[in-house]
Order: sequence, then structure tokens, then C-alpha cells
Amino acid sequence: MTTLRAGWVITQRDLAHWVRQPWAPIFGLLFSIMLLLVFGFLFGGAISVPGGGDYITFLLPGMLALSMMFGVETTATAMANDARKGITDRFRSMPIGSASVALGRVGADMANSAVELLVLILGGLLIGWRISGDPASAALAVLLLLLLRFAVLWIGIFLGLTFRGEGATVAVQVLVWPIGFLSTAIVSAETMPGWLGALAAWNPLSATASAARQLFGNPTGVTEGPLVDGAVWLAVGWPLLLTAVFVPLSARAYRRLRH
Amino acid sequence: MTNHTLTADGLRKRYGDVPALDGFDLSVPAGVIHGLLGPNGAGKTTAVMALATLIDLDGGSASVAGFDVRTQARQVRRRIGLVGQHAAVDEILGGRQNLVMFGRLYGLNSADARVRADQLLDTFDLTDAADRAVSTYSGGMRRRLDIAAGLILTPAVLFLDEPTTGLDPRARNEVWTAVREISGRGTTVLLTTQYLDEADQLADRISVMNHGRIIASGPPDALKRQVGGDRVSVTVPLREPLASIAQRMSVAVGAPPAIDTDTRTITFEVGTGVVAIAEIVRALDELGVTPEDLMLRRPTLDEVFLTLTDKEVAR
Repeated sequence: MTTLRAGWVITQRDLAHWVRQPWAPIFGLLFSIMLLLVFGFLFGGAISVPGGGDYITFLLPGMLALSMMFGVETTATAMANDARKGITDRFRSMPIGSASVALGRVGADMANSAVELLVLILGGLLIGWRISGDPASAALAVLLLLLLRFAVLWIGIFLGLTFRGEGATVAVQVLVWPIGFLSTAIVSAETMPGWLGALAAWNPLSATASAARQLFGNPTGVTEGPLVDGAVWLAVGWPLLLTAVFVPLSARAYRRLRH
Repeated sequence: MTNHTLTADGLRKRYGDVPALDGFDLSVPAGVIHGLLGPNGAGKTTAVMALATLIDLDGGSASVAGFDVRTQARQVRRRIGLVGQHAAVDEILGGRQNLVMFGRLYGLNSADARVRADQLLDTFDLTDAADRAVSTYSGGMRRRLDIAAGLILTPAVLFLDEPTTGLDPRARNEVWTAVREISGRGTTVLLTTQYLDEADQLADRISVMNHGRIIASGPPDALKRQVGGDRVSVTVPLREPLASIAQRMSVAVGAPPAIDTDTRTITFEVGTGVVAIAEIVRALDELGVTPEDLMLRRPTLDEVFLTLTDKEVAR
């Protein structure tokens, strides 16, 4: 039994959940769409984009990045639930590679997020968002968004394995909000007080949001700072750095289940 | 050693300052049901987790089905089934989906996994519920599915960690029947329980565990003899003189009385309950006492522990 094949079986388990309980992913999607509509239309009229440009067009890549980052709570919750219910122990008692459980999670969550991304992109196009860049750049933007999801996936695996109580799951669900808002996903950092804006500009989420804006050919809301020229590089570097930190931490957390 | 399918030698495991396993020894011959009996916190689950290769030990050695649990975990895992305290099955999926998934994780291809799943569903009387979500199952059904998932490769050793805790009597009986059937097919079962009754019903041998080690081992009958056999309790009406009745009955029964003045109950340890009860009734009759209650019962787990731990201290 190769680790990869076992991982795929565990991924299929999650895909079977969609069929059994389609409402869970559908509500997840509706929530993302609701956020898009709330910010796009409800608040959008009062928000201006530094450097000019339509707010919906500015907002949509930010929303895509935000929904990728929010995936951390899906991952952490799923990992913690399995550990709490003894399913992880059952997997661990089986003759499968020790990376299988994490790989299964990666497969399921990446599939989930790819669908979410697609639906949000289609929804965005419906409410007037347009891609002005060339197709190759747009494809790169999508890859960078998925790269961010991949990175936070490992944060989620680490958190889910380390903090298995239900309270910890709620904490993750609450904490993603300030991290999400303290970025350029929804408003430009340049409309914030100086120190806060600097903090937001260095948020990994801002790198991915700004890079996606540039690559989709949308207004970036960036006229100064590291995101002007470096957004794409930062959108590659941040997720790789996070992955490099959290893959070993996740492996360690998995091994610590043996203590 | 050769026909012992499970051996543990001086296992040690600490959690902080608390020793969960403190020189745990066990040897279980192939094909038997071995009961590991102990109160909460005795270290039963830790022992099972260690033998099932899920936790690192601080000391000692153990082998399962001929393989070392520390250095040959893979080989051990191919030969064991673990049924933990939680029913570790996916609640959203159906019973069949669960078994097919676990089957594939054990290395079966999809077709074989489906065949095996159907066999197990049939064995555990779950065929009718096979496609329903597990969240709609009763506690007993869920437990049976959980046990079935541990049997996919017909393991040499099945670990059952408190399989009936939290189940109603009917579901408990269903699980007992399943365990007997598994044992009948040649799988060695290590079963942990807090209930003397359960170990008595199922196990060929029982080991009593306390503070991380085995304090007594043997067939159920021998163990019960060690703790003094059945108990007969007589509750005496208020107007009757408790002490003198106890005194005179004690002569008839040939055992010292244990008197509880609050409940006005006199308890005797007796060899064979049914014989003793006849003598007690006769003695009461001669005394002209009509008891409020007369009860024959097995020693409780508390009594087993008190007796065994007293002996351990005395040694």
C-alpha cells in the first residue's frame, strides 16, 4: 500500500461527504458569495481605490485570496474532529504510510478549494468583474491562489493535530477574521493608518491578493511599498515559507500523537 | 513462548509524573479471549495503544503475532484490528462505504474491498442498514460496524477497548455475541473492560490491572475464588437484634459476617451461593426472623480490587 494510494482513498472519503451532505460545501460557497455581495455592493460604494479603478474589480481577487485563507479553518476542524473521534487512531493502526492521513486531507481540501475558486470566479464575472490580463497571467493568478490555500492547509493540519478540543476549533474560526481584515484583501493598505498599513502590506494574504490583481489586470490599490513590484514574488515566497515551516511542524504534531 | 500470540514484558510509559504503565507484563496464547480488567485510570487503554503500535514506550518489549511492536510496527499493523473507545467510523458515510474505505486502506482493491464489506455487513447483521448514514445507527449498530472495520483482514489479534461502555443491555449482548463469533474463527481477542461481569462472560482468562501493572491473572473461576466467591446479603427488619442474628447465622454459614448497620444488612462471602442460600434461609427460619431482603450476588469489581490490592500490599 503506497502512501499516495492510501492518501487518495482518504481523499475520496471526503469527496463522498459532498455527495452525502451537499449542503455543507454549498453553504460554505454561499457564505463566500454573501461576503462578496456585502463588500461589493453594501460597503463598496463608500470605498475608493487608491490609484483609481472600479471597487468590484479591485475586490474580487481579494475575495478569492480571502476564501483561500479561510480554508485554514476547514482543514483544522476536519483534522481535529478525526483525531477526537478516534478515526485518526484507526488510520494510525493500519498498515499505511504515516503521511497518508495528511495527504488525504490535502487532496480533499485542494479539490474543495478549486471548486470554490471556480464558483467565485464565475460569480464575479456575473456581477461585472473582468479579467483584463492575458490568459497565461490569469492562469498564474489562479495557481498563486491555490498555492496560498496549499500553504494554509499545512497550518490547518498543524493546528488541528495540536489543538484537538472543540474550543480550539472555534478559536481558529474567530482568529482568521482579524488576520483576513488586516490585509489588502478588502481595502487598500494605503487607506489605513501608517503602521497598520505597513503591517497589512506584509500580510501573506496581501501578497497573494495584490499579485492576483496584477495578473488579472485589475486595479491593485498599490502605489508604493514592496507590493508595487514584488507582489508576485511575495505571493510565491510567502506560501513556500509557510509550507516549509508548517510541513515539519505538522509531521512533528503527527508523531507527537505517539506520546 | 511460541504459541503466545501476544506478549508484553515490563512495559513502561509515563505521562508527566504519572506512570500509566509501570512494569506491565502479559502473555496471551493464540485463539483465546483475554480480559484486561481494571478501573478507570488503571492503564488499560495505554496498554492497548502500546500493543497496537500507536504510542512510544519508555521501556520494556512487546510482540504481537510474532513481530516486535517497537521495531516492526508495519508487520504488526497488518495483523491486528483496533477497536478503540470511540466508535471510530465516519458518521456521514454509510456502513458499506466505511468498510470499503477501510478495506482499501488495508490494501484490498475496490472489488475485493466491496466483497469483504458485504461479508462483514452480513456477519454483523448490518446488511439492511448498509447504505444509511452511520449517524442514523443505534449505539449497538455503530459498535458492530466499528468492530467489523477491525476485522477486514481477519486479524491475528483484535484489540477491543471497552467495547460495551455506554451501551444498553441489548446492544451489549449483541457485541458479546459478535466477540464470541470472532474468537470462534480463531482470532485472539484482547478485551479491556471495567465490568467483572463482562470479563466473566467473555474471557477465557482475566488479568486484573491497577496502577499500570497486572496484579492478578487467571481463569475467571480461579480469580473469583481468589476474591472469595459469591456474596449473600440479608437485610434484617428494624426491630430485630442485628448483631446477635449475624453471630448465629455466621455459625450456620461458616463465614464471618460483614455488618452494615445503616442499611441493616449482613453480608457473607460464600463458596457456592445456591448452597449457602439454603442454609441461610434455614438459619433465619430457626431464628424466627423474616428478612426484608435476601440477595445473592457476584463480587463487585470494587470488592475484587479491594481484595486483590490488599493481598498485594500484604505481600
